[in-house]
Amino acid sequence: MDALVMHRTHFAFTVTFHYLFPMLTMGLALLIVVLKTIAALRDDELYHQAARFWAKIFAVNFVMGVVTGIPMEFQFGTNWSHFSEISGGVIGQPLAMEGVFSFFLESAFLGLFLFGEQRLSKWAHWGAAFAVFVGSWLSGYFIIVTDAWMQHPVGYRILSNGRFEVLSFWQLLLNPWALIQYAHNMCGSVVTASFVMAAVGAFYLLEKRQEDYGRLFVKLGVIAGAISSVAMVFPTGDLQGEYVARHQPAAIAAMEGLFKTETGAGIVLIGQPNPETGQIDNPIVINDVLSFLIYGTTKAEVKGLDQFPRDQWPTTLPLLFYAYHIMAGLGTYFVALMAIATLLLWRGSIYTSKWILWPLLLSFPLPYIANTAGWMTAEIGRQPWLIYGLMRTAEGYSKYVSAGNGLFTLLGFMGLYALLSILFIVLVYREISHGPAPEGFHAPEAVATGY
Amino acid sequence: MNGDDWNMGFIWFWLVAIMLVGYVVLDGFDLGVGILYPFLAETEDERRMALRSIGPVWDGNEVWLLAGGGTLYFAFPLLYASAFSGFYLPLMIVLWLLVLRGISLELRNHLDAGVWRQLLGGLFAFASTLLVIFYGAALANVIRGVPLNSSGYFFVPLWTNFLVGPSPGILDWYTVLGGVVAFVALTLHGALWLALKTTGDLESRAVSAAKRIWWVLLLLTIVSLAATIEVQPGSLKNYLTFPPAFVIPLGVLLFLGAIYYCNQRGRQLAAFLSSCFYLFLMMAGAAFALYPTLLPSIIDRSQDITVDRALSGPHTLHVGLIWWSFGMLLASGYFTLVYWMFRGKVDLKQPGH
Repeated sequence: MDALVMHRTHFAFTVTFHYLFPMLTMGLALLIVVLKTIAALRDDELYHQAARFWAKIFAVNFVMGVVTGIPMEFQFGTNWSHFSEISGGVIGQPLAMEGVFSFFLESAFLGLFLFGEQRLSKWAHWGAAFAVFVGSWLSGYFIIVTDAWMQHPVGYRILSNGRFEVLSFWQLLLNPWALIQYAHNMCGSVVTASFVMAAVGAFYLLEKRQEDYGRLFVKLGVIAGAISSVAMVFPTGDLQGEYVARHQPAAIAAMEGLFKTETGAGIVLIGQPNPETGQIDNPIVINDVLSFLIYGTTKAEVKGLDQFPRDQWPTTLPLLFYAYHIMAGLGTYFVALMAIATLLLWRGSIYTSKWILWPLLLSFPLPYIANTAGWMTAEIGRQPWLIYGLMRTAEGYSKYVSAGNGLFTLLGFMGLYALLSILFIVLVYREISHGPAPEGFHAPEAVATGY
Repeated sequence: MNGDDWNMGFIWFWLVAIMLVGYVVLDGFDLGVGILYPFLAETEDERRMALRSIGPVWDGNEVWLLAGGGTLYFAFPLLYASAFSGFYLPLMIVLWLLVLRGISLELRNHLDAGVWRQLLGGLFAFASTLLVIFYGAALANVIRGVPLNSSGYFFVPLWTNFLVGPSPGILDWYTVLGGVVAFVALTLHGALWLALKTTGDLESRAVSAAKRIWWVLLLLTIVSLAATIEVQPGSLKNYLTFPPAFVIPLGVLLFLGAIYYCNQRGRQLAAFLSSCFYLFLMMAGAAFALYPTLLPSIIDRSQDITVDRALSGPHTLHVGLIWWSFGMLLASGYFTLVYWMFRGKVDLKQPGH
């Protein structure tokens, strides 16, 4: 394996694993604030206890996010040194701001949130939860700003030594690409947290224990899940798609598997792209839909990959195609599932309808897959560029770190993260089977099967 | 380079230095607790007390490393790129240790007593110990220099022949010495923190451990100063051109003395703060000796990565100064609040870790 592929794999593996955790914690922070707000307003112990339970799940996820996030801050330098040298004057800025503005905030108030409930008044403790929420959402924004600049560079200039520097701080920070992508991404995060909450609720209802909490979790999970699933598709997903089509036309053509330019382009629902022959094998196509989705009219011309020189096609094209289709397919499923669940919630029959509780329980891994696929779509779509139009990925990696050293540390991370995964699953499973009910309220079976 | 850029270089050199020193002073005591607690804490309650003394703060302390790393990235991108890729292997090991350490400390609280707790407690001590040694060796590498090529890059293996020479490894006698100094200094730092925050037998064991470790640190401080002058003769240059700076090494010795005196008299807060100042001055002294070099070349000092060579563009740095000052002011506020909320001795009856 050559060094470029090694460094790409290294970053892709560590960042993909890392994002599994913030994906949940950002959305969950919002849901915890909702629980805490209702608890404080109504002085309702059920909501207080529910918030404490989710705080425990949050804490485990948060620490996983922190420890797997630390390597990310350093991997720009270790594995992408040339890119770092050239672009540090721009993207070093949002990365440093993430540390200064969000990590300090989060870390300070997480301690107060997790351990300070008895030291703080009701509303001060609510404030700690709120600060953790703000910190985690800010953190997400700074990362998206970093990525958005690589996708759509704005507000920069090139110095005489070839390095980039920020020319307009506000253009960098308010990059339209960042605003759209952030909205879309945060919807994805709330979808994740909602599906997890609804799944835990469905689990308790199906197990017929801790049912007060089960109903609360299903209710909040479905309401938040319905709103965020819809918002993830429209308007945020739709806007993101249009923006990609305008600024990265080769990416959108590859995502849709459109090898040839067409007027009234159809949308490929399923198929296997073959970059050698320039065809989709076994396609299922709906005519005209792609033109309509991008340009609002069924007759518009959509540029195919034939309009772009081969060296500007996204590398690993089939993976991009699949990632995009998995994301879009799951996004559609989320809206459908949540629409049905909302209807049943409104009619009051959801808590006893096993046929909907089971899908709610089993669907919790899917937002993780959809979010990951979404990020793969964005990042593979950017290829072959590291900074779109300015620097190729092949120019950015650390030339003095050999593929052998890269493999050594990649294997190290794989081993370490395998260990983390086991610990994580054991702990979260324990918290969930323990349940939210306070000590002394254990259902008998938990004692009978005790440790 | 005009005068304004030079000023920006000077300012950002010290801002980055302060963040990294802040990291060592703050995370230093919780690393020290990690090293010491298996030896000082004998019962499960004592172990909980020791770990709870750092529970609410360690994560925030570690943020100084991330924020410092990020600040280094945007202020001196060439240094970030060169040093992080050149020190690839040890840095990756440091990252693994940081992952292990964070996870073992936090997850330990979610598990009941037993094998899991022992395993995670042991991992926490192991990772803390190795991290501290690596940090000391890293600083020593930066003082000693590395074989930079003309574009400012290098790659060093973990070790070669353990000699300071033109093809050094990460580990040679000088950097190993650096690791040992860091190990002893931060162990003492941790002991003083434990003395300050705990009660009963654990507190008195921490006080007497600090007393014994102090003598080792005194010896090592003197040896390391001498070895630094031997390995990097240029490190005296800035002091000789600006003699008032000799107040820094004098301050090091003064605060080292104060640690012993205050620990003896049971003035635990003063002893701990003296240790903070000791660490601060040790590293500020090294930074002062290096300036304006950021990373010296071991082959040809004219190839050093200097402030000028690595500095970001002027607009980046001006804008950065505004948000950095504002952000760090906020961060200082949070830190004051958290340390105030969790002030005083640890009370195991309170909920928490």
